[in-house]
Amino acid sequence: MSELSAGNGTPRVGVYVCHCGTNISATIDVVAAQQAAETLPGVVISREYKYMCSDPGQEIIKKDIHDLDLNRVVVASCSPCLHEETFRKAVADGGLNPYYFQMVNIREHAAWVHKDMAAATAKANDLIRAAVRRVRLHQPLEARRVPVDPNVMVVGGGIAGIHAALTMADAGKHVYLVEREPSIGGHMAMFDKTFPTLDCAACILTPKMTRVRAHPNIETMTMSEVTAVDGFVGNYTVTVRHNPRFIIEDACVGCLECIDACVFRNGKTQDEFNLGLSKRKPIYIPFPQAVPQVVLIDPAGCIEFRTGKCKKTCVEVCAERNAIDFQQEATTEDITVGAVIVATGFETFDATRLPRYGYGNLDGVYTALEVERLVNASGPTDGEIVLRNGRKPEAIGVIHCIGSRDKNTNEYCSRVCCMYSLKLSHLLKEKTDAEIYEFYIDMRTAGKGFEEFYNRVAEEGIHFIRGKVADVYPEAGNPDKLVLQAEDTLAGMVRQIPVDMVVLATGLEPRQDAEDVRRTFNITCSGGGFFMERHPKLAPVSTFTDGVFLAGACQGPKDIPDTVAQAGAAAAEALALIDAGFIELEPNTAFVVEENCSGCKTCVGLCPFNSISYADGKAQINEVLCKGCGTCVAACPSGAIRQNLFDDDEIFEEIAGVLTNA
Amino acid sequence: MLEVTEDRGAAPEEFEPTIAAFFCNWCTYLAADLAGTSRMKYAPNARVIRVMCSGRIDPQFVFDAFAKGADGVLIGGCHPGDCHYQEGNYKALRRYRLTKRVLDALGVEPERFRLEWISAAEADRLRDVMNEMAAQIKALGPADFSVPDETFPGTDPGLDATAEEAVVS
Amino acid sequence: MREYDYYPGCSLKGTGKPYEESLLAVFDALGARVDELEDWNCCGATAYMAVDELEAVALATRNLALAEQSGRDLLTPCNACWLVLNKTAGRLSNDTGLHNLVCTALESTCTVPRGEEAAPLTYTGSVSVRHPLDVLINDIGVDAITAKVTNPLQGITVAPYYGCQIVRPLSPFDNQDNPVTMDSLLGATGCTVLEDYPFKTRCCGASQMMTMPDVGLDLVSMLLADAAARGADIVAVACPLCQFNLEAYQGRLSGGNGEPVEMPILYFTQLIGLALGIDKKTLGLGRSFVNPERALAGRSLDE
Repeated sequence: MSELSAGNGTPRVGVYVCHCGTNISATIDVVAAQQAAETLPGVVISREYKYMCSDPGQEIIKKDIHDLDLNRVVVASCSPCLHEETFRKAVADGGLNPYYFQMVNIREHAAWVHKDMAAATAKANDLIRAAVRRVRLHQPLEARRVPVDPNVMVVGGGIAGIHAALTMADAGKHVYLVEREPSIGGHMAMFDKTFPTLDCAACILTPKMTRVRAHPNIETMTMSEVTAVDGFVGNYTVTVRHNPRFIIEDACVGCLECIDACVFRNGKTQDEFNLGLSKRKPIYIPFPQAVPQVVLIDPAGCIEFRTGKCKKTCVEVCAERNAIDFQQEATTEDITVGAVIVATGFETFDATRLPRYGYGNLDGVYTALEVERLVNASGPTDGEIVLRNGRKPEAIGVIHCIGSRDKNTNEYCSRVCCMYSLKLSHLLKEKTDAEIYEFYIDMRTAGKGFEEFYNRVAEEGIHFIRGKVADVYPEAGNPDKLVLQAEDTLAGMVRQIPVDMVVLATGLEPRQDAEDVRRTFNITCSGGGFFMERHPKLAPVSTFTDGVFLAGACQGPKDIPDTVAQAGAAAAEALALIDAGFIELEPNTAFVVEENCSGCKTCVGLCPFNSISYADGKAQINEVLCKGCGTCVAACPSGAIRQNLFDDDEIFEEIAGVLTNA
Repeated sequence: MLEVTEDRGAAPEEFEPTIAAFFCNWCTYLAADLAGTSRMKYAPNARVIRVMCSGRIDPQFVFDAFAKGADGVLIGGCHPGDCHYQEGNYKALRRYRLTKRVLDALGVEPERFRLEWISAAEADRLRDVMNEMAAQIKALGPADFSVPDETFPGTDPGLDATAEEAVVS
Repeated sequence: MREYDYYPGCSLKGTGKPYEESLLAVFDALGARVDELEDWNCCGATAYMAVDELEAVALATRNLALAEQSGRDLLTPCNACWLVLNKTAGRLSNDTGLHNLVCTALESTCTVPRGEEAAPLTYTGSVSVRHPLDVLINDIGVDAITAKVTNPLQGITVAPYYGCQIVRPLSPFDNQDNPVTMDSLLGATGCTVLEDYPFKTRCCGASQMMTMPDVGLDLVSMLLADAAARGADIVAVACPLCQFNLEAYQGRLSGGNGEPVEMPILYFTQLIGLALGIDKKTLGLGRSFVNPERALAGRSLDE
């Protein structure tokens, strides 16, 4: 049973109904709501105002607290997820405990989703009444303060992770950079040139990669994955598993002689970095500028691993340093950090899901990423455009929107494909002087310098056909030629254009294991499967889990300029968290009323965070570990467990409040 | 869905059901926020009561809501496996099933009490559930389980907030 | 012995008669019993759905309800009928309200004989609507057909044309982008199947042939030209409208060099029937716009 909190007497409630410009007032009669609130028991003052969250709006609250001796405040406006903090702070500034405040969502949950003013206003009245009834039972709580671990972790070593790590390391923080692949660099390391400047990707990326390796504050862990995350904001314990490369990292100097010496004269395994367009040996380095500059062994391809009977010429040639260790095993370690930035990147759409384009069946069909490797001087064909059938293309078709902008696959636009298609067309034209046809739906070239790039490429003699390609099929009697059939919507005719090479502009998708990764970090995914930001406009780099931030394409398809910007933003927000030194936790913890506890132990096993223990016949809850879910509160048969801010009686009052007119 | 316009005779009195909706803060409440920012439109019959986790929901809340005049009760939580607090929604599921059995025995139609897993991105699902539930319960008519206010001591909203909740018998 | 109810649809009693004739002959030769559904009505095809959705659903459902009486699968050779009936069955199973409404309509207007009396007609949702390609491949099997071939169609190249309605939007018995059931069945006849025919599921223009003939003729011209360029002697079809569209207007087309286009369009059941040694008359041959004799002469005929 709750009492009205002793200490500040009979509730004197102030109710404030916000217009939010016309956002609320267009659908809800705010004056009527204000007038209805006036009549509620306990309400001393009820006002309506255009923008409660503004400075003058907040001043009204503070003034009323002082002048009218208010001891409870209710604001009916937008979602608490947006402004609960704002108003709590205003209340605190006004001299009242911030938890004597209750917020009512009449915007997202009423004004914006209903059409009928009478119904929406009635709903608002019900919700306000519920809040007034509830807030009378609120207690004066104190937010818990816990210290924050000063270290940070960045998960993912692509350009997003690299930039975030460097920013935070430069600010003096110790950064753990965890990367799953043998080298950092991510997808950007695979590109040849980047739009719109045609900067060489490696040239702008490798200096950053080198800085990462050399930075005294960054601990780079490649071949590593996060397997578990425990704790809470400011105090995370992250379990990282280091997978073996069978090379002792500190001993290897990257001379690469072991690769030459390998008993395999030629590579037999599909080279992942070149997307299977070339082969590699079982001992290899993913690409020449890899960081760390250390080789690794692939046990599936290595004869020593498969049979135990290899000459091990690699070991011979490394005799001085003895860096090869076939017995190396995976290790795990627990790392404590205050904040985590998730920058795990993307995957490209699997073009085999659209058989009509022939990818996987027809030799002349490539994905854009494969073509990036072809044009790259360190790629499988040394930068020459040579097709799988050994010929050079005289005509090339580039098909936009593969997998994107289509409800059958992904509804969203992948944002980068128009630009990278233009870039590839430009590079292919430069290298082959072939006839190039771009089949597009729209040209989305919205970034800085992008439209200018489009115009430049358009003047290079590349043909642009506005129309979706329906089919790619080999020409009758000439299987090396692929016919692209598309409606040219501007010319009003169906075209059948034979080409030698087809480039599919595949879209970006979340990684296959995004669901698993997000559960590990306790974040959610949005509609397209990318990790969800706290707010699409105002909080694009934080998540609903305090202390976990997002950067780069894992949050949504984006190009390198936007990725770097977002990574900087995530680093800044993480730094803000860490530099504050402490964190304030919401005081919505559960607690046991000892005299009512019967010692039945129903609650003990229920807590996912192990905050409930049992001693001397009574259950006890550790306030620091409790996260406030309330499961034990609902489970206690004696009603002995209560929860601050979500007490049974508070909720019963809310129920009574909304149903008064039911 | 096929829009069927059939004449079913004059509609009964214009009854609009009131639905008490308990939404968890991390999923369903956010979905409702997203529906709002997306300006989706749905029936105005629900009244949302925010809890941190669907695991907080005590069956007493459900009975109390019906006793106080709710025509329907909706619980919204995270999909299994996605609970912000790991397991709370599993507890909610168990309690929901038990509560439903009791309500069935009391003659409460199944459409009046629902549990839905709605993630923060599923604003369209939220809208559909709101509309569907309102329409179904409207067709059923008002629920008949409310208990007169006098039965509850302490509901005089004046001063004493000690609420002895009488469990619906 | 396998037994099927058979839904011909309007076309198979009209311009598509040869399809019915060859279908019944082939099924008979393969030992399956096929009984025409009594008192069947038009399925509504694609047209009626645009006029009145509810009536269209009810119209199609009546056939399903009639078929349900026997409990047998409903063999539906026309692609359009097959799609309409399958779509209807799908909609009814997903929308209980619609199902109830349609059943109310049926029950109050239609009856079926039950012993001495007439019972109201209703539909509980249990009928399987199946295309002959599906039945021949999955129930009877290619091997059973090959075993009975007495007249292999050697030396003839056949392009399999599926049309769109048995692969889009539903494709329960074959691959949506690259169906192979007809390829396999034709293979059993001993002919050379044009497996890389890229237009096997392309639109033939359908009703556009009437309303926008330029469009229709253009599409058909592409289909036929490509088949010819890849060496096809015959194009095999599984639908009476496909057959008509591909064959009837060839007089208005001209080939690559201005030559007349003469590509015989036969039902796949006619080709199977020939391979099984059934006579041409029974298979409905001899009544087409484009004479297939020359194409079929690529092998020795027994008659």
